[in-house]
Amino acid sequence: MLGLMRRKLGSGDVPALIGGQVLQRISPATSVLPRFFSSAAKEMMVREALNSALDEEMSADPKVFLMGEEVGEYQGAYKISKGLLEKYGPDRVLDTPITEAGFAGIGVGAAYHGLKPVVEFMTFNFSMQAIDHIINSAAKSNYMSAGQLSVPIVFRGPNGAAAGVGAQHSQCYAAWYAHVPGLKVLSPYSSEDARGLLKAAIRDPDPVVFLENELLYGESFPVSAEVLDSSFCVPIGKAKIEREGKDVTITAFSKMVGFALKAAEILSKEGISAEVINLRSIRPLDRATINASVRKTNRLVTVEEGFPQHGVGAEICMSVVEESFEYLDAPVERIAGADVPMPYAPNLERMAVPQVEDIVRAAKRACYRSVPLAAAA
Amino acid sequence: MTYTQTTPDHDAGTPGDVGDVVRLLEPDGSRLADAELDPWIADLSPHELRALHRDMVLTRRLDAEGVALQRQGQLALWAPCRGQEAVQIGTAHALAPGDFVFPSYREHGVLLARGARPEGFMLAWRGEEHSGYDHTTINAAPPQIIIGAQTLHATGWAMGAQRDGSDDVAVAYFGDGATSQGDVNEAMVFASTFRAPVVFVCSNNQWAISEPVTVQTKYPLAGRAPGFGIPSLRIDGNDVLACVAAMRWALDRARRGDGPAFLEAVTYRMGPHTTSDDPTRYRTDDEVERWARRDPIARFEAYLCAEGVLDDSALAEVAAAADALAAEVRAACIGATTRAPETVFDHVYAESHAPLAQQRAEYVEYLAGFAAEEAR
Repeated sequence: MLGLMRRKLGSGDVPALIGGQVLQRISPATSVLPRFFSSAAKEMMVREALNSALDEEMSADPKVFLMGEEVGEYQGAYKISKGLLEKYGPDRVLDTPITEAGFAGIGVGAAYHGLKPVVEFMTFNFSMQAIDHIINSAAKSNYMSAGQLSVPIVFRGPNGAAAGVGAQHSQCYAAWYAHVPGLKVLSPYSSEDARGLLKAAIRDPDPVVFLENELLYGESFPVSAEVLDSSFCVPIGKAKIEREGKDVTITAFSKMVGFALKAAEILSKEGISAEVINLRSIRPLDRATINASVRKTNRLVTVEEGFPQHGVGAEICMSVVEESFEYLDAPVERIAGADVPMPYAPNLERMAVPQVEDIVRAAKRACYRSVPLAAAA
Repeated sequence: MTYTQTTPDHDAGTPGDVGDVVRLLEPDGSRLADAELDPWIADLSPHELRALHRDMVLTRRLDAEGVALQRQGQLALWAPCRGQEAVQIGTAHALAPGDFVFPSYREHGVLLARGARPEGFMLAWRGEEHSGYDHTTINAAPPQIIIGAQTLHATGWAMGAQRDGSDDVAVAYFGDGATSQGDVNEAMVFASTFRAPVVFVCSNNQWAISEPVTVQTKYPLAGRAPGFGIPSLRIDGNDVLACVAAMRWALDRARRGDGPAFLEAVTYRMGPHTTSDDPTRYRTDDEVERWARRDPIARFEAYLCAEGVLDDSALAEVAAAADALAAEVRAACIGATTRAPETVFDHVYAESHAPLAQQRAEYVEYLAGFAAEEAR
């Protein structure tokens, strides 16, 4: 939490003067849904980006409906579905009993009927109650029915560490779901990502796991007119190069993109030009963009918040080793969370997730590795 | 007339309690009157009665072929449904064409009654096709092997039908063992809360592999549903007339918007759990023999013959139809062609998927390398 409070908004831009008042740093837990406008660019919070995407897709297609705990009367546990019950009614915004396995399976059944459910998990930790339906029902139905029963469902909600929520509420599920053929797994960082990827997910005929981040909900990002258009969509399976560079490739998704960008800023002052790739899509992984970048920079550092073993970074490292080995000037390196259940104590929690300085250190290591390493003792 | 027993029932003992059920046909085929169920089948014509009988006989024969083909090494596995023909055919005959069925892996009779072709069963169980059934023609989901998951799918489908304003009903078939699964209980929570047009058909065949129903419950299964706010009926599952009547009652409720219903059909799994199981290890021949005397087809035949609906020539015709079906099943199984290996990549996603397409192309190229060798 302390680390978060010291961060600047969004990608590090200084907040503009708005209406004569300096924008106050609003903690995510208390933000409502202000819209910030300036003459220079529109700014939009991730929370509002998700809300507007849901609203527009529900408006465009009557088969789309939202289901989950607290999504209706409470306006959403994190206010992502604010206003939707009032606008669309209880047939399209369903408050469910506390039955994750229940409503995940119900969602699949509704998809069999021809509807397009958006199933919200209050956090993805609770998706473990429903994981049988996400994997065995949703992911495998098209295959096991020889293409006859597709499941156009979206499972969405906050993923990964928040702040001080302890071991059972802090896990990252990107590697878990990206492991499964038949699923698509997306993870937005910015408001542009949030809008474009959620719209793409809802329109997609296949089951999509959509991993948001609680601490990003209150972050604001500039959005162009194109992003605000109701037809805006971001392709699934394409990563975004957030910052071009030539010395080292840093891959990240979700909140870690912000950390990677900060690290890149620090590195640039030390003469290291880092290229930051926002994965956006964990499955399918944009191996082409990642490999093209590494072939240019010759060095790779992957960043994720989740546990290290069998993580997203392990897959990215292997992809680069398989396809671009001869271009590497240094061993590939992955940064991940600590290999322990998330501690509850704030100081220990800070130690258990990657920080900007970890990324800086790894990138420097990658850049100074110009002599072969001696074998360990 | 719905189930209202309020006292705990079983002791850990031999499964097979058929007390406290509703029935219209005794095991010897004599007809019992039931003022509440009788009206639901008053209109069954001789033609329809013969159709019920025929489908039960065909189901039993399909099932026997499945077991035989497995023993001959032509099928990897088969889950026999012998003894459960009345539940499956009776309930299936009550369905409207637009209703959607969510079966377990044992509902061969239901799928047959819905129009599944013999080769569909063979291709699916032999593993030659991802799925051998045309699901949108027979209006049935693929057989579910995740125990109880189908109850949630059925409830979700029903909620979809409800929102579309259609009067189609979803039906979930599952066994006594499945009722212990969280999914089944959560489905009942949802179905009740949202008044979903779904019928839960529990075939209590007394055994979940080697576990008798008394491990799953100390209280009759039909007694659970009212706890969720869902009316239920406990019927003799070997009595096809009771199965038809109870199912019509349940479907009618759902279609009228009165919400879900639960049927516990008390029957018996005459065969093993699957062809990989050996039930002689955990149950007695006496018990099996006792249930053989309650056979669903024998009692129905006795009734229909006594009523003059069936005679020897009609029986011979049904037997011949069963023989023809058996021949078709065998031919479909043994004549099945193995799919091209690159089709392993198909249908992972509903739309084309670049990484898989690339893997498929690489695999085709790899296989083509052998074709050159084999040509030599």
